[in-house]
Amino acid sequence: MDFTLDKKHEMARSLFHDFAQNEVKPLAQELDEEERFPRETVEKMAKCGMMGITVPKEYGGQGCDELTYVLAMEEIAKVCGTTAVVLSGHTSLCIDPIMTFGTEEQKQKYIPKLAAGEWIGAFGLTEPGAGTDAQGQQTKAVLDGDEWVLNGSKCFITNGKEANVYIIIAVTGTVEKRGRKMKEISAFIVEKGTPGFTFGTKEKKMGIRGSSTYELIFTDCRIPKENLLGQIGKGFAIAMHTLDGGRIGIATQALGIAEGALDITVDYVKERKQFGRAIAAFQNTQFQLANMKARVDAAQLMVYKAAAAKDQVGFGSASSYGIAAAEAKLFAAETAMEVTTKCVQLFGGYGYIREYDIERMMRDAKITEIYEGTSEVMRMVISAALLK
Amino acid sequence: MSLEEYKGVFIYAQQVDNHIDNIAFELLGKAKDLAKPLETPVTAVLIGYQVKDLADKLAEYGADRVIVVDDPELKEYRTEPYAHALASVINEYKPEIVLVGATAIGRDLGPTVSARVHTGLTADCTSLDIGDFPLVAKEGQEQKHNQLLMTRPAFGGNTIATIACPDHRPQMSTVRPGVMQKLPKVAGAKAEVIEYNPGFTPNNRYVEIQEVVKAVKNTVDIQKAKILVSGGRGVGSPENFKILEDLAAAIGGEVSCSRAVVDNGWKPKDLQVGQTGKTVRPQIYFAIGISGAIQHVAGMEESDLIIAINKDETAPIFDVADYGIVGDLNKIVPKLTEMIKAEKAKKA
Amino acid sequence: MKIVVCVKQVPDTAGGVKFKPDGTLDRAAMLAIMNPDDKAGLEAALRLKDQYGAEVTVVTMGLPKADAVLREALAMGADKAILITDRRLGGADTWATSSTIAAGIRNLEYDMIITGRQAIDGDTAQVGPQIAEHLGLPVISYAQDIKVDGDSVIVQRQYDDRYHVLKAKMPVLITALAELNEPRYMTPKGIWEACDAEVTVWGRDDLKDLSDENIGLAGSPTKIAKASDKVRKGAGTILKDLDADGAAAAICNTLVEKHYI
Repeated sequence: MDFTLDKKHEMARSLFHDFAQNEVKPLAQELDEEERFPRETVEKMAKCGMMGITVPKEYGGQGCDELTYVLAMEEIAKVCGTTAVVLSGHTSLCIDPIMTFGTEEQKQKYIPKLAAGEWIGAFGLTEPGAGTDAQGQQTKAVLDGDEWVLNGSKCFITNGKEANVYIIIAVTGTVEKRGRKMKEISAFIVEKGTPGFTFGTKEKKMGIRGSSTYELIFTDCRIPKENLLGQIGKGFAIAMHTLDGGRIGIATQALGIAEGALDITVDYVKERKQFGRAIAAFQNTQFQLANMKARVDAAQLMVYKAAAAKDQVGFGSASSYGIAAAEAKLFAAETAMEVTTKCVQLFGGYGYIREYDIERMMRDAKITEIYEGTSEVMRMVISAALLK
Repeated sequence: MSLEEYKGVFIYAQQVDNHIDNIAFELLGKAKDLAKPLETPVTAVLIGYQVKDLADKLAEYGADRVIVVDDPELKEYRTEPYAHALASVINEYKPEIVLVGATAIGRDLGPTVSARVHTGLTADCTSLDIGDFPLVAKEGQEQKHNQLLMTRPAFGGNTIATIACPDHRPQMSTVRPGVMQKLPKVAGAKAEVIEYNPGFTPNNRYVEIQEVVKAVKNTVDIQKAKILVSGGRGVGSPENFKILEDLAAAIGGEVSCSRAVVDNGWKPKDLQVGQTGKTVRPQIYFAIGISGAIQHVAGMEESDLIIAINKDETAPIFDVADYGIVGDLNKIVPKLTEMIKAEKAKKA
Repeated sequence: MKIVVCVKQVPDTAGGVKFKPDGTLDRAAMLAIMNPDDKAGLEAALRLKDQYGAEVTVVTMGLPKADAVLREALAMGADKAILITDRRLGGADTWATSSTIAAGIRNLEYDMIITGRQAIDGDTAQVGPQIAEHLGLPVISYAQDIKVDGDSVIVQRQYDDRYHVLKAKMPVLITALAELNEPRYMTPKGIWEACDAEVTVWGRDDLKDLSDENIGLAGSPTKIAKASDKVRKGAGTILKDLDADGAAAAICNTLVEKHYI
């Protein structure tokens, strides 16, 4: 088993590293302070193919694999949690379900522009009454002639107001399953600008403050019949599949945040002097760093393993990588929170000052334990697989 | 044609718009120095159109002889006719040494000519001496004497190498402006003037000049400045930055500052040096009234020469300065400006 | 249009000079990169390709590991790559290097050759113009803008205080400045395809019209008499208890000694 990256992945990593250092890092603090979406960075990422890394060449993408996309996410997240989640929401939560479940017409219509970064993607599942309890969906879609009519709202949607294409999960009816009445849930592709589709509150968040997090409101919003994604009634399965892949993205975001925090902390403790020497000379510092390094390296292996598992099936079923993805997200997110918190402590008073990046990294880390399935949900998923 | 037959120290007298560049006088100064142990005259090669009258100026700064190549094809610098001119002079007069200024012209003319006459060229030399090669006699290897030893930085300035060109002539080197010293002017000095024209027939290597556009100096980019005079909180007020500006003007540098200055609104952000400002690597960095916190030092510690002035001797800037002066900047800086102006006046 | 771009793999002396614990230069630890002026030259060629359509071939002379800069160039959009490598070519000064590369280029068809102005390790700015000399081509150095006009190029040639707008009929050799442009990034697709692409390798014997007298250390007119690496500097001289005149004089003298004035 060779744990080193091959030539193409090494070269790809160095591309993403240079890009992150030159284009992403200089804006990170500003995006956070101003709660500003990195529109110009998206354009630059688009220019070098980063908005369509996993999309096959025949659809205008780069034709690379999940591992390549993970390397991009990792390098970007090391310097900016916000920019990383923009890429993740776009790639894992929008491009992936369309590539997996879309008809040829849908792929031809949406994928080339998404891959080119001309359009940004988003995914709307969460509602005020439906978080972990995703089945608590209330948004409805009713077929009226040649159109579906959507009514309802989604909240906490990443890339909210900046996206152009949205995967929206909605209730289309009721079904009977094993004698019980259950909601029939389906998935739809909705374009920005469709009459009846408006935006509500922009959320003010603890972290990833540059990410555009919005409420989506549907009021008699009519979309073409052709915009049903996948089969009717398969919406929940589509959402779960999408989140399985999304977990790899978020696990990578968490990994990158942890790595970035550790890197700047190692530099800091070498420079910061107290009691006549660098604080790196104290064993407490050394042991803390060692503990963090071991966990970060473990997280990286788990993330790469999940990506490799997904690469075995590409846009196929998530059954072969879903658990690995859940484990990676669970471990990486908790590592990110633990590492960033300890790093703030090692910075001492300066760790609390916004001019230094470390406190932003801690605020950014927290959400990775929550969205796209809380750590509690990850535990449910993993234990269910164990106890099957 | 044996190497011993090559005699004389020649310099390329760069002129633009029929005005001799200072580099030519600097090269003459050095040439005179090299010519002494070699016991040969110093010749300036003047190439251009209607430039014969400039020969006297070259004599005043040390040329014993001036070879003038004058032709309409040479009105504005173009690589090919100029290379043909200089290479022809070399083939005709066989100098043992040819010095060229390492300017945007010299660094194009030099390599072309050295390749044309099949000899070696050493670029951007910081010192030139006459000596032996090999430096220390080696068994079984001929040690040649009266060789031009050319010393230059390489590897981004991190290595110093001494180069020789033992088996080819002329020995050629380019020298940057400001490195060598020109001699004091000897008013009224005259040189032997030789007119030489090898004939200029345009060929495929002659390019056409469509336009000549003179540069206009525009906004300051502290990252491009060779000398920075940087001020910190210790300068005290925006008005007091005047003394730094005067120093910058005298020494040919630009003004930059620390974060504290920008936060106080005394200077704009694009002049800020430091971790959250710009990283600079000038030849000289004056840190005036700057304490030297890591955040600032990270942006300038790669400067070639760091000179710090601060009244607090415990200021961390003194840990990175090459020369640290503990004193009152308000008194020292104006005095320094005066002295620099005086030095420059002496040399002009 | 066929464009040949010469690139060199160099240690990152501009950005990443590394020192050993004892303060001496650690060349082995330094990152190997594509020389910045050459990258700008490659970008210029790729822009001409975007605008006018062209086949871009990158050539490098170096150790086998210089393959990495060729792959990088392919990943940026170059079409073909050639590595000239052979022990017999080592130790070359600019005369021998330019003779060798010119011999390689004689095997190719070209309308334009673009090289960087200078490499950040040798710092001579000589190889470009010397290649032009060996091939009998017009040379335009210090290009700050390149356009194509039919069978000619229109180039802005930078001088210290002005620039010329020059027109020359192709074939022509142009040397590029790093300030010429902002080089594009590679793309993931470019990288994957570059790693699978074939790089042509030429040894000394593949270079015709090249005499042994003009290659390698033996073929180099300039010889190194001695070389020493600078040591990283530690803390410098601190002067206290001087009055204003004394302090100003001390600084001024230092500046004069070091030829800054």
